[in-house]
Amino acid sequence: MEWETVIGLEIHVQLATRSKIFSGASTAFGASPNTQACAIDLAMPGTLPVANEEAFRFAVMFGLAMNAEIGKRSVFERKNYFYPDLPKGYQTTQLAEPIVGSGVIEIELGNGERKSIRLHHAHLEEDAGKSLHEDYHGMSGIDLNRAGTPLIEIVSEPDMRSAEEAVAYLKKIHSIITYLGISDGEMSQGSMRCDANVSVRLKGDETLGTRCEIKNINSFKFVEKAIKVEAERQIDLIEDGGKVVQETRLYDSEKNETRSMRSKEVANDYRYFPCPDLLPVILDDDYIEQIRQSLPELPDAKRDRFVSEYQLSSYDAAVLTADRATADFYETVAKTSGEPKLAANWVMVDLAAHLNKSEQTLADCKVSAEHLAGLISRIKDGTISGKIAKQVFEAMTEGEGSADQIIDKRGLQQVSDTGALEKMVDEVIANNQSQVDNYKAADEKKRPKMLGFFVGQIMKASKGQANPQAVNEILLKKLDEQ
Amino acid sequence: MHTKTIAQLVSGLRSKAFSSVELTRHYLDRINSLDSKYNSFVTVTDDIALAQAEAADQRLAAGDASPLCGIPIAHKDIFCTLGVRTSCGSKMLDNFIAPYDATIVENYQRAGAVMLGKTNMDEFAMGSSNETSYYGPVKNPWNTQCVPGGSSGGSAAAVAALLAPAATASDTGGSIRQPAALCGLTGIKPTYGRVSRWGMIAFASSLDQAGTLTHTAEDAAIMLNAMASFDAKDSTCVDQPLEDYTAPLGDKLDGLTLGIPEEYFGEGLNPQTAERVQAAIKVYESLGAKVKAISLPHTHLAVPAYYVIAPAECSANLSRFDGVRYGYRCAEPKDLADLYKRSRGEAFGDEVKRRILVGTYALSAGYYDAYYNKAQQVRRLIKQDFVEAFKDVDVIVGPTAPNPAFEFGAKGDDPVAMYLEDIYTIATNLAGLPGLSIPCGLVDNKPVGLQLIGNYFAESRLLNAAHQFQLATDFHQQLAPETA
Repeated sequence: MEWETVIGLEIHVQLATRSKIFSGASTAFGASPNTQACAIDLAMPGTLPVANEEAFRFAVMFGLAMNAEIGKRSVFERKNYFYPDLPKGYQTTQLAEPIVGSGVIEIELGNGERKSIRLHHAHLEEDAGKSLHEDYHGMSGIDLNRAGTPLIEIVSEPDMRSAEEAVAYLKKIHSIITYLGISDGEMSQGSMRCDANVSVRLKGDETLGTRCEIKNINSFKFVEKAIKVEAERQIDLIEDGGKVVQETRLYDSEKNETRSMRSKEVANDYRYFPCPDLLPVILDDDYIEQIRQSLPELPDAKRDRFVSEYQLSSYDAAVLTADRATADFYETVAKTSGEPKLAANWVMVDLAAHLNKSEQTLADCKVSAEHLAGLISRIKDGTISGKIAKQVFEAMTEGEGSADQIIDKRGLQQVSDTGALEKMVDEVIANNQSQVDNYKAADEKKRPKMLGFFVGQIMKASKGQANPQAVNEILLKKLDEQ
Repeated sequence: MHTKTIAQLVSGLRSKAFSSVELTRHYLDRINSLDSKYNSFVTVTDDIALAQAEAADQRLAAGDASPLCGIPIAHKDIFCTLGVRTSCGSKMLDNFIAPYDATIVENYQRAGAVMLGKTNMDEFAMGSSNETSYYGPVKNPWNTQCVPGGSSGGSAAAVAALLAPAATASDTGGSIRQPAALCGLTGIKPTYGRVSRWGMIAFASSLDQAGTLTHTAEDAAIMLNAMASFDAKDSTCVDQPLEDYTAPLGDKLDGLTLGIPEEYFGEGLNPQTAERVQAAIKVYESLGAKVKAISLPHTHLAVPAYYVIAPAECSANLSRFDGVRYGYRCAEPKDLADLYKRSRGEAFGDEVKRRILVGTYALSAGYYDAYYNKAQQVRRLIKQDFVEAFKDVDVIVGPTAPNPAFEFGAKGDDPVAMYLEDIYTIATNLAGLPGLSIPCGLVDNKPVGLQLIGNYFAESRLLNAAHQFQLATDFHQQLAPETA
């Protein structure tokens, strides 16, 4: 039997507005508990919400980037349930009339194929606070700093057929929101959180299997692992004659397994109804058009432009445009150095390796785009060799400054001066008479290979700074003269 | 001093017949010596009142004072007051001190009004008799065996007993107008959105509106001038230009068309109340108004629609009272569910629980369309009735309440009978229209109210019509026995 996994994702993205969605309190991350929660966030009696216009602007930007319909009339509703970190006893969210309607985006699969994933809708809502269970000895602490932070919940159709597709879609959403600048997209800080609806069915079946929802997965890696392990669980269960029960499950990354969050599935009745404290929000065409005009270049467009403008391969262009910071960094290097291909190599190989090893992001890395461009220019104009360039790059990562500063300070300029090189060649010839004799005695065909020894000796003597081409020419001439 | 209207007190302060401190002390003395009979105040703020009165006297001396400067008033305990307990008539908020003022409290402070204290009310404004308060029932100064009406019963009794010249109040289904009628006062509920709801503890957000209780329409105009404002903190507040409601009070009523809805004179209306109302309409005719019979065909659906929508909204609005952050918390909760169940179970009274249950039911899956959606459809029809009516008439006139004040416990076992006390006032809230009640006579020595309903933002027209009636009659000057 061949099984097919069917996946739909619900992604919560915290919007990078300065204040909360219904109050003026700050949304900054990491403040001490309850220092960024005002009377409205605490749901004090008599307080009222006022919608944050910036949150709407961000949601519309997202909708336009997803080629989605924009809800010209959107309505906040109350989703009623009791929980200590939900101060009002209801979450203000959207249901029947969301800000973003259906849309579609393309994802790129590992084999280079592209696939369309449909967006069901995306809606604005408020985040809850946090319950803190550690450090309180049998009690719970409540931190309401996060309560009221604006979220868009992005709900896909069940269009993904593997964990890899789900991750590609998630990365695409991540790339879009960070390009738009509407969220920092930091999964580790909870700025982007993912729930995965997973079901399995026999390949060829039309109807969907019973799904389980895996809640709050907080990294790309875990999304992939959680979906895989959950699909396996469901397949094993069915193959053993069991039945999948619709339920909410949690992914345990340490044990790499999912487990049921609730012992029995109670159908929650959230009793949604339109929030009488907030009027329907009506957006006119001009407002939407203005936002459309102000949209930055999005990842797909940038990828295509990099291919045509910088003659990059589609793969390289896709890697370089996956996030906006990398794309901007690359483009500065390419433009400043005038060497787009070399720039792509340096960014994708050396810089990527350094970031990976040092666990840094571009933002905290000491190598600036201007520095890297300078380095590439010095390779191009022959000031340094490719090999020395690696040394210079090392120094850059330590914060030693621009390529020119490092080259000057360390005296790394390539030696092309004929007089200096001739002196070095003479010394090497004088000190290696037997090799010279062998060379002279050797067949013409074997000589180029043997020349390598002398070049190596000279590079060693010059600490790699000798211009290899010039060394070659001088060597040939001098050896002939022997 | 306590028999004077605000308008008279304003002249008294300006002519230095008395100071605000003297006036304030006088009212505080009355409250402290007489209120045990009525139970109209939950909190008396002597120190704050005297400090505010002193400041008002300085402003008056400096000649920089708005009309209300130095005038003592009482606030219904539904309005949050910075540093002073705001209980909303509930055990749940018996220990609650808001860290902010309601916008209307701020507005009165800016105008220089003096806060005497906070008045008793039905718990969370749910009730028509003021019997549901955690602080005990309020007694009607006209007859202490009888209810003052609700939910603003404390504000009404305080003004009727001359313990304050005016009080703030709130009206979700008649909670200003019905107590005004039962206590012989002028009570106005403005258009929904005219007055900010910020800091007014929500019962049913789409229906709640703050207003005032006074002896005269002129005083109501002075009070509303200070209360009304546009407030960006309330998204449902309407950015409508402010008016001076006292300006058109003197306009004659020639050419005014009154609509008399036949549905407001049907079964259930006390015949003697009907007589007083009919007589009042005759007064209007003598003042030059024309009278036109009209129909508001969906009137009979107002109470059922209201008792779906208001409980539905309240069931969510009152979820924040969970014992977690403020307010009542049960002793030694075993776990989270126990904390919720006992905190809410022990601190909410029966009527509040009943409405939360009704609202929760009406919003439940499988019932939502049959109840909540249907009620919203009915609400639109009711609004449409008024829109049609106001094409032909300027003001709609009828009884405020079907009966004069009833005795304590008279409707205690029958919530529906209690709900029907608001049968003539509820539709106004559903439509968001302004409504006003003025005294129009006595039945069994108890006051009867005449209700005037106006078009959207036609408060000045209502106040003008009420003032002209009061120039021609003296019902508003009749005082509850033993008060003067």
